[in-house]
Amino acid sequence: MGPTVVTPARPAATDAPVPGRRRRSGRVRAASATGTGVFHLLSATAALLFLAPLVHTALNSLKTPEEASAQPPTWFPRSLSLANYGRLTTFGEGIGTYLVNSLVLSALSVLFTVVASVLAGYGFARFTFRGRGLLFGTTLLILMVPYASLLLPLYIVLGWLGLQNTVVGVALVLTMFQLPFGVFLMRNSFESVPREIEEAALVDGATSLRALRYVSLPLVAPGVATVALFSFIASWNEFLAPLIFLTGGDRYTLPIMLTFLRSGAYGAVDYGALQAGVVLAVLPTLVVYLLLQRYYVAGLTGGALRG
Amino acid sequence: MSTATAPGAAATGAPRAPAPRRRPGHGSLTRRPATGWLFVLPAALIVVVLFLLPLGVLLVMSFTDWPLLGAPEPAGLENYASIPDDDLFVGAIGFTLLYTALATALIFGISFVLAAVSASPRRGAAFYRTAFFLPYVVGTAAAALIWYAAVNPRTGVMERLARAVGLTDGSFGFLATPDKALWTTLSLVVWKFIGFQVVVLVVGLQSVPGELYEAARMDGASSLQRLRWITLPFLRPTLALLLVLSVTGSLLAFDQFYVLTGGGPDRSTVTLVFAIYQTAFTSFDLGRAAALSVVLLLALVAVNGLQLLALRHRED
Repeated sequence: MGPTVVTPARPAATDAPVPGRRRRSGRVRAASATGTGVFHLLSATAALLFLAPLVHTALNSLKTPEEASAQPPTWFPRSLSLANYGRLTTFGEGIGTYLVNSLVLSALSVLFTVVASVLAGYGFARFTFRGRGLLFGTTLLILMVPYASLLLPLYIVLGWLGLQNTVVGVALVLTMFQLPFGVFLMRNSFESVPREIEEAALVDGATSLRALRYVSLPLVAPGVATVALFSFIASWNEFLAPLIFLTGGDRYTLPIMLTFLRSGAYGAVDYGALQAGVVLAVLPTLVVYLLLQRYYVAGLTGGALRG
Repeated sequence: MSTATAPGAAATGAPRAPAPRRRPGHGSLTRRPATGWLFVLPAALIVVVLFLLPLGVLLVMSFTDWPLLGAPEPAGLENYASIPDDDLFVGAIGFTLLYTALATALIFGISFVLAAVSASPRRGAAFYRTAFFLPYVVGTAAAALIWYAAVNPRTGVMERLARAVGLTDGSFGFLATPDKALWTTLSLVVWKFIGFQVVVLVVGLQSVPGELYEAARMDGASSLQRLRWITLPFLRPTLALLLVLSVTGSLLAFDQFYVLTGGGPDRSTVTLVFAIYQTAFTSFDLGRAAALSVVLLLALVAVNGLQLLALRHRED
């Protein structure tokens, strides 16, 4: 099951053209040329509409601050400048603090999620123990409970644990919400690895942990990548949990800081700086997604459709 | 489940008389409950402490008068009894339902067209699919800020566009009235979330056996007939899943309204989660907010249950 979970859904464009072309007879070829023209006209327009907000924001962030606050706005920058990014360093604690906060939160969430999911996935796939089905079912139950309604009592529980207003606390909460997906995917991945492969190592006296680490883990690496990728994008983008759990200007993550910038907490709204901040908030997930696209699509289709 | 796992042992968990073993070492792997527990321990701790415990706390809170600071006091059913008089929450129910219906209808309608484009065998379809999907990895708060900057009355490019196409002479005011604020947010939501649905639909489309289309074509079925009798039946489970995800996601909307409209104008775009957030962190009435959360939780579980039931019924 695991390998199918992590096998990227093959894009239609790469495997479909062959039968498509083979089917096309001479009679339809002329009509299909017009069809192709219409197809590209419509599709390109739609694609342009989807890319426009991102491109526009990137271009605006590169205007000079004077041009960025011009009324009426210019369509395209007259000259390029990084001054809007420079201004971000003057808001609150400076953009660097918030970038680091976001990075630390994401890194911790990914670490917690991957470690807990891999260990639990392995435990569920390889061992039988009392309460196994109950625990697995309870973990999946997290999906059924609206995220937002749990944040309130979590605020209290984190207070009891002394983790209120800490990045570790928020990271643990985000890990909890990622667990159903992570545990489910890792269990399936490990189940697809024949246990006979590990038995040789166990007979040679290796502990279960070593067998996991050196034998099975490399084989489920694509699944781990998918879990890590989902966890990174979710925690980097997360808004409500840090908004509730983190107080005090120096703790905020990037999305929270940008909303304060928008609400004018640091003076009149500086749209150029705001758009520069949005670019910084968006760029990491876009880059990571474009680089690891196949793991992401695999997770969506494998995890989401089976879950 | 892998065949190597001892069947039944998972359910009962009771130690059994040794079954006839064909391979030495097999039993040693599956029958070490302690080791199994050690592996699942971190996840189990998180589930118990950060999921089950808060769930219990939520229930208790909902029956208490729980201020942000100070000692909680039992309040009986008062938090629940006062819900009908809670104008913010009652108003949010209507608005959230309207928003959910519109968002789901829009996303379903448009995603069919985009999925057809993305699943096309023509060259360029992969590029188009990526373009449609990219906004999905953008955070909702960041996406809402993109919209906020674009529609602001002073420097927003959409205001200039509205004038350029003759929509208005002065200021269009994309967030100025309740209707405009709703539709502006809907455009953001379609842009941000539709890519997920398109990708899932494309995967569903690819699971339809090509021979069926070939056979139908030979029998002279029109493309509309092929859509009705082949594509749609095959896509039904996918569509049901997408409906569940879209409805539950929309019922829990918060970020986009908090950031883009701030619930305005005139509290007209306050969603359920927004109302709970305000009750807890603006009015500092945690007990009442917990009661509202319990109501929301039960509603969501009911919606999920009904939709899954309908899905199972149709599959029979």
